[in-house]
Amino acid sequence: MVPTSYYLILAAMLFSIGIAAFLIKRNVITIFISIELMLNAVNLTFVAFAHMWHQVSGQIFVFFVMVVAAAEAAVGLAIIISIFRTRQTLNVDEIDLMKL
Amino acid sequence: MQLALFLIFGALAVAGALNLLFQRHPINSALSLVVVMMSLAVLYWSLGAEFLAAAQVIVYSGAIMVLFVFVIMLLNAGEEEHTNGSRAAYTVGMPGAAAIFCLLSFVFLSEGGALKTSNIGGDLGNGVDNIAAVSAMLFTKQLLPFEVTSILILVAILGAVVLARKEQ
Repeated sequence: MVPTSYYLILAAMLFSIGIAAFLIKRNVITIFISIELMLNAVNLTFVAFAHMWHQVSGQIFVFFVMVVAAAEAAVGLAIIISIFRTRQTLNVDEIDLMKL
Repeated sequence: MQLALFLIFGALAVAGALNLLFQRHPINSALSLVVVMMSLAVLYWSLGAEFLAAAQVIVYSGAIMVLFVFVIMLLNAGEEEHTNGSRAAYTVGMPGAAAIFCLLSFVFLSEGGALKTSNIGGDLGNGVDNIAAVSAMLFTKQLLPFEVTSILILVAILGAVVLARKEQ
């Protein structure tokens, strides 16, 4: 017997660590990894609520999130490869062409 | 039983996430994310989502993380260096993330009475197991979104090929 709020707090913890990593990390691949961590934290809340309400819709939603995350990872890593090819760096402080 | 599973694998997930945060080398971060995803798969299983636990292991820690590790190896990414931007991010990012965590957990704890407790295993009712319920939903009510995601994957494949191709 575990209260659902424990799962939600665990998810909040993972999400906050993901936010911190997203803000602190300077490597574009690590930033991408922390986005995946945040997606996983949200998936955990979906599964916890699906279990709480005895509904399968939350699990379907997690399935779609996984599919979109896979597509996003493929496209994002391709963008990272093409950025590295043109600029020879992975540091986000140096990838600032679109900054004012 | 479920509390023990939750405590062990929840602690493992948080430890993996913190390791992701404090490691300087991208490959260490990627491998600690694999730890997080595997322990989340166990938590999904304990919440009665067997299909998602398997999909988490196969899709996330199998396919997506292999892609990440492959790109890190391909680009030969080294340790990241401290910059002025990272110092500013430390001073803003850590308190901001802590504030978001405190807000979320305050809400969850104060509304904890409205949330129920969960027992181990799948109990969607009517003796229907998890995979049967998921597939029945996915192939009847959610058939159109399911087919649209296959087009999304196709577009993502084409986009990845076009983006990563060498310029002529």
